[in-house]
Amino acid sequence: MPEQKFTINGESVTVDVESDVRLLWVIRDLLGITGPKYGCGINVCKACTSHINGKAFNPCSVKVGAISESDEITTIEGLADTWDGGDLHPMQQAWIDKDVSQCGFCQPGQIMAAVAKVRECQREGRDIDDDAIEELRNICRCGTYNRIREAIKAGAEEM
Amino acid sequence: MVAAEIGRSALFDSPPVWAADLPKIPSPPQLPEQYDLLDAIRDLARPTANLIKIEVKRDGTVSFALPRSDNGQGIITSTQMIIAEEMDLDVDQVKVTLADARPELVFNQLTGGSSTTFSTYTPIRVAAALAKGRLLGAAAAQMEQEMSFLTSRQGTITGQNGESMGFGELTESAASPNNEAVEVVLKDREKFRVIGKSQNKTDARAIVTGKKKFTTDLKIDDALPTVICRAPDHNGFPKDASNLDEIRSMPGVTDVAKVSTGYAVRARTFGQCIDAVNELKVSWKDGTAAGEDDDSVLEKIRKAELPLAAPDAGGDTVEGEFVFYFRSGSPLETNCAVADVRKDRAEIWAASKSPIAAQYQIAKDLGLPQNKVTFHVMEGGGSFGRKLFFDAAQEAAECSKKFGKPVKLMWTRADDSRQGRTHPMATSRIRAVVSDESVLSFEMRHTSVATEINPGLSEGVSAVALKYPGGNIFLSENIWELTQITPYNFGNSTRFLNEVDMRFNTSSTRNIYSPDTATARELMVDQIAKKMDKDPYEFRSEFTKMERWRKVLDRAAKEADWGKSMKDGTAQGIAMHIEYKGSAACVVEIDCRPDTVNRKIRSARTGARVTKVTYVVDVGLVINPRGLEAQMMGGINDALAMTLTAGLHLRDGHFVEASWDNYFYTRQWNTPPEMNIVIVDDSEAPEPGGAGEFGVAATCGAVACAYARATGTVPDHFPIYHKDDLPFEPYPTVPPIPPSPTNGLEKTF
Repeated sequence: MPEQKFTINGESVTVDVESDVRLLWVIRDLLGITGPKYGCGINVCKACTSHINGKAFNPCSVKVGAISESDEITTIEGLADTWDGGDLHPMQQAWIDKDVSQCGFCQPGQIMAAVAKVRECQREGRDIDDDAIEELRNICRCGTYNRIREAIKAGAEEM
Repeated sequence: MVAAEIGRSALFDSPPVWAADLPKIPSPPQLPEQYDLLDAIRDLARPTANLIKIEVKRDGTVSFALPRSDNGQGIITSTQMIIAEEMDLDVDQVKVTLADARPELVFNQLTGGSSTTFSTYTPIRVAAALAKGRLLGAAAAQMEQEMSFLTSRQGTITGQNGESMGFGELTESAASPNNEAVEVVLKDREKFRVIGKSQNKTDARAIVTGKKKFTTDLKIDDALPTVICRAPDHNGFPKDASNLDEIRSMPGVTDVAKVSTGYAVRARTFGQCIDAVNELKVSWKDGTAAGEDDDSVLEKIRKAELPLAAPDAGGDTVEGEFVFYFRSGSPLETNCAVADVRKDRAEIWAASKSPIAAQYQIAKDLGLPQNKVTFHVMEGGGSFGRKLFFDAAQEAAECSKKFGKPVKLMWTRADDSRQGRTHPMATSRIRAVVSDESVLSFEMRHTSVATEINPGLSEGVSAVALKYPGGNIFLSENIWELTQITPYNFGNSTRFLNEVDMRFNTSSTRNIYSPDTATARELMVDQIAKKMDKDPYEFRSEFTKMERWRKVLDRAAKEADWGKSMKDGTAQGIAMHIEYKGSAACVVEIDCRPDTVNRKIRSARTGARVTKVTYVVDVGLVINPRGLEAQMMGGINDALAMTLTAGLHLRDGHFVEASWDNYFYTRQWNTPPEMNIVIVDDSEAPEPGGAGEFGVAATCGAVACAYARATGTVPDHFPIYHKDDLPFEPYPTVPPIPPSPTNGLEKTF
């Protein structure tokens, strides 16, 4: 079996697995990092949203073999460490302050997508307004969308 | 007197003699106004309601294993609040977990019908008050002081001279060696400092850091991923497979076997299970809806429709007929369970709203005594009724037994969508007879594909429902009879249900009938108001049966600025709904202008946009306003999907939807930019009513009414966009699982 090497949440890992297995399953089933969730497996629900080199992506739709040794993957578990100061990222704090979560199943993906969307808007000089938020496709089946909006705006203020 | 007369007129099919004399003809109370599903569920739980214990450990921690299922509705947090209140603790000093299946509780471990707090509030308070009383008694003895002079706060009991003892030090002396009957005095409502104050969910931090564990996140030794290859038809079952050896040699695969619902594959990763499932060559028996489609099912429903039989009392007839298509009840966490079945025992982990029934059935399936099956109730990733059914746990147990190994079984999204539980297809027909200023009669005939009621619930509710006249009827008829209220003085007001069992996997999906009946009823209320040349809000306010209900309606109209000037193509809609010991009223604003309706978003259903929702709800005593608001918000977003965008299409015996980009549940681009949820905090009702499902029905009604007013067309089917062209190419049914893409790195942002 080929060895797959990459960095996840600041740690270098080596995994023995076929290169066509999607990264989500390597992360969840083999590395035991379970923050990214399965909700569809076809890059639609976005519950597995994580970051690759600082950008949002969905590991359900990337072969592990397509990840190179220099790639840095961040899941919700590693998000706070990408932020200087505090033991939570401001977006996580905003999520707590606004009491966003109901079941919480989608929320790791929501937060990771929100952080990337705010950074994208900052790069492009856009406001993180309702139009920007409506570009996010993450499903929340509990229907907390309105609190998600509030939290994204509050979290963005602190980023 | 009036009620008796109305009853008689209903029986003898003749007009009430005084019909011409009264502008508003009072309707006699309908059963759930006096005794509803919440009462039934609480009465069922009553015999064992006090078989609960709050534990105070030597380290001072206070803990409670709640015999209910939390799937995000926040009952763990509200239970912590109830205990903290009674024991004068801070919320975070109380640890609440979900109890394993406890068969001795019989009907008291069932989560459904938005009944949890209504049925557990008092028993939990009694247990907490009892524990605190014993601790105070023990402290009084040790301090040699009168108990009434002691104070207790945050787990520390303080005496008159400032001496203090912690709960932990006292717990042993507080314990009673014998069973004895004790009277407790519960805290006065006026002294509440926790209940009624907004509290964030106590698992919020665990959620946002990825630490909250759901069933498939568990690390159980050797419980490897397992996926079942399912039939192309809805409820199709396997005959045989021709390439099992080939599948067994695929990467990662450890086991393959035929099980009741298909061929199960166990592998090192779920991805390898999915790849193997898609390679399986299986022949199938027809499913339970083989060859059927939306139209053929609708035809069968129409044949089962009960007649409308308005008494000939003169006046004009207002009629409507509405079709409600299948809708998916699938939460975001797909159906899943972990099972470790051994020769003499089994251990199951799953989110379940009826774990006792699950444990019983699994024990029976495995040929084990019930007490040899341990059923751990996990917190679920959403339920909305789905987790009343325990099919994943049953399958996991079957697979584990067959393989002789532990399994972590998961349904795929396509499985959940195509083989999962649905809101049944139904028609609702209404005929009202209107004369001058009165509504003489209002008849509703709801005809539906049968709703399957979970065994754990149905046994109990049927037993209770048998107590009322004519109660010995179909199981789901009982739920209907115990939940449906027409909240207006509409003279001879009747509502009947007829169901056709067509072997669909149906269930409550955040309520069973009410979202549909409220849609039909409220649309007709608008039509009646129009006929009388009255404003929809004023008409409702005038005809509402109860003052408590009217208050909520009036508040909603005021908060929403009802009647304000709206642009062409946009409108307000108003509706009310009575259930769960409470009342709710909703006003929405909808934008049906072409630029909005036709806006383009990739792989999405856009359409009319609900731009503002005002929701006023009186649930009685409010435990956690912030949690209650969250439940209403979720219900509102569900209602938008139910009414406008999210339908399942049955074609050739299967549902075509296999993805969240096929089944259009509300997304950010559908959700109302403005939402104003108002919680009545001075309710006259002394007890906490139901919350989990209460946001849906009134919103459905208001959205439908607003749409009709904005477009000038009364919609006759729901979701309103169900018959539009599908904005997607359906995935094939064989192979059963849409393959994962590989281009994820091209879509980063």
